[in-house]
Amino acid sequence: MRYAETGYNLEIDLSRGSIERVETDPRLTELHLGGLGTNAKILWDRVPPEVEPFSPDNLLIFGVGLLTGTPAPSANRTIISTISPQTLLMAFSVMGGFWAPELKHAGYDRVIIRGKSASLVYLWINNDKVEIRDASHLQGKGAQETAELIRQELNEPRAQVAAIGLAGENRVYFASIEHDKSSASRLGIGAVMGDKKLKAIAVRGTKDINIARPAEFLELCNEVLEYTRWRQENPIKGVPAIIARLGAAQEMDEVDEAWHTANFAWGNARYRRKDFWTEEIAQKWEHTQKKAVRRLIACYNCPVRCGGVVSHPGLSVKRYMMKCFTKLTYTIAAMTNELEFDFRIAGYAQEYGIDGYTAPQVMAFAVELYEAGILTDQDLPGFPSSNEERFFYLLDKIVRREGIGDILANGVYWAARQIGRGAEAYDRNTIKKHEQIPIKLGTLNPIYFLWWSTGEKINITQIEGQMPQAPFATREEREEFVKDWIQVPNERFKEYILNWEPGSFPYYPPIPAVCEMVDWPETMHYIDDCTGVCAGVSSFVMKPPYHIHNFPRIISAATGLDIDEDELWKITRRNRNLLRANNVRRGLRRKDERPPEDHWKKRFPEYEAKLLEAYYEYRGWNKEGIPTKETLNQLGLDYVSEDFERRGIYNHG
Amino acid sequence: MAKTKKKIKVIRIDMDKCSGCRACEAICSAFHASPKYSSNNPARARIRLVRDPFEEIFLPVYAGEYTAAECMGRDKYVVEGKEYGECDFCRASCPSRDAFKEPDSGLPLKCDMCEDDPPQEEPLCVKWCLLDALTYEEREEEVEEEVKLDDLETGLESLVDNYGLQKVIDTVARITQKG
Repeated sequence: MRYAETGYNLEIDLSRGSIERVETDPRLTELHLGGLGTNAKILWDRVPPEVEPFSPDNLLIFGVGLLTGTPAPSANRTIISTISPQTLLMAFSVMGGFWAPELKHAGYDRVIIRGKSASLVYLWINNDKVEIRDASHLQGKGAQETAELIRQELNEPRAQVAAIGLAGENRVYFASIEHDKSSASRLGIGAVMGDKKLKAIAVRGTKDINIARPAEFLELCNEVLEYTRWRQENPIKGVPAIIARLGAAQEMDEVDEAWHTANFAWGNARYRRKDFWTEEIAQKWEHTQKKAVRRLIACYNCPVRCGGVVSHPGLSVKRYMMKCFTKLTYTIAAMTNELEFDFRIAGYAQEYGIDGYTAPQVMAFAVELYEAGILTDQDLPGFPSSNEERFFYLLDKIVRREGIGDILANGVYWAARQIGRGAEAYDRNTIKKHEQIPIKLGTLNPIYFLWWSTGEKINITQIEGQMPQAPFATREEREEFVKDWIQVPNERFKEYILNWEPGSFPYYPPIPAVCEMVDWPETMHYIDDCTGVCAGVSSFVMKPPYHIHNFPRIISAATGLDIDEDELWKITRRNRNLLRANNVRRGLRRKDERPPEDHWKKRFPEYEAKLLEAYYEYRGWNKEGIPTKETLNQLGLDYVSEDFERRGIYNHG
Repeated sequence: MAKTKKKIKVIRIDMDKCSGCRACEAICSAFHASPKYSSNNPARARIRLVRDPFEEIFLPVYAGEYTAAECMGRDKYVVEGKEYGECDFCRASCPSRDAFKEPDSGLPLKCDMCEDDPPQEEPLCVKWCLLDALTYEEREEEVEEEVKLDDLETGLESLVDNYGLQKVIDTVARITQKG
């Protein structure tokens, strides 16, 4: 018997219309855990670099975390991986909700989609019965609308549905896959789903998930819950309220947005509005938010509430669900003072199924090009005069790929180059062709510099965490912070924090410390993305209930494998390097690992080079950022180094 | 009939506090696995969350008594403008629906307030609900003594209802001979 996982994959070929249930090799779990790690291995084995994102040979993998669906609190993640049409590199995006536990209860650890259907279809997985069904009547329907229609026609209200909207159908490079209160939004995986003409996957499962050492496992789960309760009652002092408790940034609950509005660059990542947050705005926004957010909601088996049910006049739907920073992304990008605008447009955007991080930036980019005279009334016929109305106009054009929308739908990087006429200069916030969080600060932050440069997720929110975002002002505050910091992998981290003075960037922390401070949170994210535990109770937050010391015990009790801390680090390194290898094979090199010029006012080119080289060395990568043969072979990835040698990757850099 | 003291166990359900996470379903099914916690499966849970975020419906319902026949009609509640589904508030394991039945055998499920030896301090669904949408209360009442069916009897009764008494007797006899 297999524990925590089911031991079966579902292989769907949409070109041939075939469905296979395939038993998996248990050794893969020992080597890669599941979720992201196993997805990366499958992509390495089956999607060589010659395969284009929109080729039928590209795979779209819906992976379930190793602990997902077990009683482990907050283990509910679906990890979706493919090749991104935007970055042309491996994409992985993660969603919460209820879909992944349902799939595991149906008896599968992942669904692997290959090929392309001739017409729009959806997949219906009902335990052992799996069908590819016609979806022509769902064409053009909203993502949540689709989910509801499918549940009705199947007469199965408890089916969990992941669906694309119009943006996915039209292969918008930042189309999302939407499910319940969550979505897998980043890097255009919704476009790949649309390219395969797969409108949705509906799942219903009523089978058991087995645990190897039940009593021990339950005790560990209870400890996680007890710590969670304590932690929610004891928020971290001296940090913004939105990140003081567990969960994704608590923006459905908290109203105070002084930190985001002051630190994030508004418009097309243009400038900060440090004085924006006034008493008057605070009151107005509180009123708007309290009216719009009807209830706080959670994902499967999670004690934290990061989502909100939103109701707002002027929506195309009665209600929708929102979480986290999407509350502000449209507001900040449109440079409006009206929070109301965000609650309104985000409802439409969710039905269309587009990424709430990238889409507003693309729209802001278009507005700026219009103001600069690069885009004209010819490109934007009937362009409204207010930014709010302009954003609605652009949203419509983009998801339909109409007129200029057809170019903007490729994201800022590609659109800037297709438009030309100097538009490239306005591509000021992409790394590796992907829009980043618009933080533009004063002095280079060495930790963020490395996260931004080297992360395989190509999105900082998925590798940062664990530590305060800025140093505490006084020694007393730092001592208070580290005194019960049980989550650190070693005592050195406490010293780093204790000695961290305000204004000490970029030369503090020292480079070896920076490498460790970059590595640890990223490692924790990789563990989350393999186990399916939400980053909001783990890697992303400070002092989480899941950490490097209890994870090995939880995984071991659930699976029956004996994995200690050293082994877990090693598995994570293996997965980290395998993701890297997928991208190196697709051409990723050192030149790509660079934040935009204006990311900080004060840059230190020589020091940045030193940081990058030191980090590469720390990771066991060569000067081009390619994992060395020794590194790979130590991790049992000989087949990767052999492939690199065959392709001459080591010779030509 | 003689009077006896009876402990009345009450789970207080505050629907306004429910976040819809279904931790109650997860832990309930794990507790009732054999051996305990060796597996979990919300389809076997003796609590079921009726959840429709678009209608703002978050309604935890506990499995109650098994019933052989469905009601003559159905009911549909509208509370503060929210329309609940047919029979949503009903606790019965009933032929009209698949709720509160073992997914394999169709045998009825019933919440036992985590009766156990030794008993839990509070039902585990309550313990796992950190938001206190579920809280637990106990009180004593004086009641008349009654004969209570145990789980096996309830299960057998439903088999008898489904297949007829003779068929169940025959099957038990056949199993006994094989053994």
